[in-house]
Amino acid sequence: MSKQINVALIGNPNTGKTSVFNALTGLNQKVGNYPGITVEKKEGVCKLPRGVKAHIIDLPGTYSLNASSIDENVVIELLLNKNDKDYPDVAVLISDVENLKRNLLLFTQIKDLKIPTILVINMADRMNRKGISLNIPVLEQKLNTSIALISTRKNEGIQRLKDLINNYKELSLEPCLDTSTIDVDYFERLKKAFPNQDLFKLWLVITHDVNFGKMTRQELDFSEFKTKSHSDLKRLQQKETIKRYQFINEVLKEGQTVDVSKATGYRERLDIILTHKVWGYVIFFVILLTIFQAIYDWASVPMDFIDASFASLSDWVKVTFSPGVFTDLLAEGIIAGIGGIVIFIPQIAFLFLFISVLEESGYMSRVVFLMDRIMRRFGLSGKSVVPLISGTACAIPAIMATRNIENWKERLITILVTPFTTCSARLPVYLIIIALVIPEGRFLGLSYQALTLMLLYLIGFGMAVFSAYILDKILKTKSKSFFIIEMPSYKIPLFKNVAITVIEKTKTFIFEAGKIILAISIILWVLASYGPGKQFNNAETIISAEYQNLNKIDLEDKIAAHKLEYSYIGIIGKTIEPAIKPLGYDWKIGIALITSFAAREVFIGTLATIYSVGSSDVEQEETIKQKMAAEVYPNGNKIFTLASGISLLLFYAFAMQCMSTLAIVKRETNSWKWPLIQLFVMTFIAYVVALIAFQLLK
Amino acid sequence: MSFTIADLKKGERGIITDISSDAIPLKLLEMGCLPGNVVELIQVAPFSDPMYLDINGSHLAIRKETAELILIEKTLDE
Ligand SMILES: Nc1nc2c(ncn2[C@@H]2O[C@H](COP(=O)(O)OP(=O)(O)OP(=O)(O)O)[C@@H](O)[C@H]2O)c(=O)[nH]1
Ligand SMILES: [Mg+2]
Repeated sequence: MSKQINVALIGNPNTGKTSVFNALTGLNQKVGNYPGITVEKKEGVCKLPRGVKAHIIDLPGTYSLNASSIDENVVIELLLNKNDKDYPDVAVLISDVENLKRNLLLFTQIKDLKIPTILVINMADRMNRKGISLNIPVLEQKLNTSIALISTRKNEGIQRLKDLINNYKELSLEPCLDTSTIDVDYFERLKKAFPNQDLFKLWLVITHDVNFGKMTRQELDFSEFKTKSHSDLKRLQQKETIKRYQFINEVLKEGQTVDVSKATGYRERLDIILTHKVWGYVIFFVILLTIFQAIYDWASVPMDFIDASFASLSDWVKVTFSPGVFTDLLAEGIIAGIGGIVIFIPQIAFLFLFISVLEESGYMSRVVFLMDRIMRRFGLSGKSVVPLISGTACAIPAIMATRNIENWKERLITILVTPFTTCSARLPVYLIIIALVIPEGRFLGLSYQALTLMLLYLIGFGMAVFSAYILDKILKTKSKSFFIIEMPSYKIPLFKNVAITVIEKTKTFIFEAGKIILAISIILWVLASYGPGKQFNNAETIISAEYQNLNKIDLEDKIAAHKLEYSYIGIIGKTIEPAIKPLGYDWKIGIALITSFAAREVFIGTLATIYSVGSSDVEQEETIKQKMAAEVYPNGNKIFTLASGISLLLFYAFAMQCMSTLAIVKRETNSWKWPLIQLFVMTFIAYVVALIAFQLLK
Repeated sequence: MSFTIADLKKGERGIITDISSDAIPLKLLEMGCLPGNVVELIQVAPFSDPMYLDINGSHLAIRKETAELILIEKTLDE
């Protein structure tokens, strides 16, 4: 018989909960040296001796049980709800040895909820450097619990933690503090009114209610106890906090000694430069430039290799399988489409690599510090910088990362403008069009093409900030504004953590994109290969009659093109053509625009499929780029010119073309209102800007 | 004369004396900003905002508007 127990990992932000989670479950959740990496509940399983299965729940970090942001709220909601299927049988409180005092505050609160609580003191490897020594037996006795001193970096102490979890029944349920002493009268009345309820829990629900104002699961009627004014309650909470710290100081006086003279650290020295009024910004700018350089320049070597491999794969398919429509679909639609994504692996990996190193080192908090005042001008928070930077990889995790912004208005604005930042899905489109329409040549040592790309990134970022400014003026939401960010100590990024982030994220990107491309390629191919009516079915006779003295190859080309034009997809494209003609696009690009509303990276795959159906299969091993370059209007003019290219680039820079982002925004804002506004406003801006650009340049 | 954290200069320390303003977020108190604790100003961003502090061993940054609410007594070490 196997038994299952629920184990919740709780602790202050950035204490290593996810690292412990990964060590226990063998999973690879994202770890980073920035408070607020984990923003939602994550679950895994750990097998313990005697057939016990531990169901481990990793939670966002929280400083206390009084939530002040959405991610922290997850923890409180779980602990206050005994009926939750994940309600823990045992809580594992993860603390950081460097900040033990502060971490113990949360410990005392959890313990007062009468949940069996194990105290984990993590980062034991840093004790020497900080001159900290602990008397574990004394701490265990004073705190009335079992302690595991561990280091997930050195993989030490995990076994002891497992043993403790296995024996959780032996833990004492004695609370640390009698909360009712902060206001005897008030608690006496509470007790009378709800004799069956736990007092501390009642107290938490009441204060939580007041602070969060959106409780839904009320079985109890507190109305009479909310008579206390907000500030009275707050005063009581202050009193409670002071009492808890008194208790903790008492405990640590005997359990912990810190020899400051032994403490060494590069925090102070690094902070002098990295957060400096001038040098701080210079360094930040240099880092951004380096990232950019890496993405554009260093990545090109592996990219050329991938490009060549896919071209030969495509050839191989054409040679190996019997010629026919299916081979075409495979070789020129699907393989070309997927190749169009795979080729960006090096760039996307570089991007994730840099972002993950910035996070793991502890530098990200410094950027938040440097940027807060500037961002506030635009109605954002310093903490918005993190979503805006990681939005260059993908808007989805970026929008999730806004959860640790305390102020709802700042958070909402950040969510709304993040999709303007140039995400990696735009890269494939940008690069191919830049290569097509921007001339070669250099300006101050930088190629025009690289400059264009850089400009596109700046435009995206500028647009995000500009619309934040507008939104700040428009939105009337009033919300308490405050801002606290912890500055973690610097850590040398752990290779494993960085590698995991890079590999996992890149893999997800490729597979997600791959799936959509595959599906859309097939649908498109079907829609392009069949059509209604005479024009499609009698294409051969019509064209042969029209062009009697063409050679066979040209004739077949004409027939294929004619068929495509009257196929289902052709009809759809032709229908929307009037709307996009002023932007400089033909109906084939129009189709690609439609499909890329599902996901931007589908653009190239779509064109690859359409072009391959639309030509007889004679001109071989052309890359998609060459095909695009060769596309002409019936009158012989090129389709991809400087004007239409720039117009397309700008359209992609601004349009909201990502279903997944819309879905996440819906989830994070809890309404369809905001994602729909995003969809319409962004697409409208994109249309207008692209229109102006094309009309000016043509 | 009473000082607030916002009056500290880089490298200066003080002892927190009063936190009774309602506008001080509870979270800050929970992070150790309580009467009797030592606070040191480590670094300021341009226009002294935000301020990077060491409060009772916690390293954190807060905005100037919050720092102005926390009363301190300057300590005259060194
Ligand atoms: N030196 C050292 N660093 C550690 C140890 N455990 C974790 N870290 C580092 O501490 C940082 C935070 O780790 P996470 O596991 O992301 O912490 P978390 O508690 O899940 O953080 P949030 O999800 O943001 O609340 C990372 O940079 C880890 O590499 C340890 O035992 N020793
Ligand atoms: Mg985490």
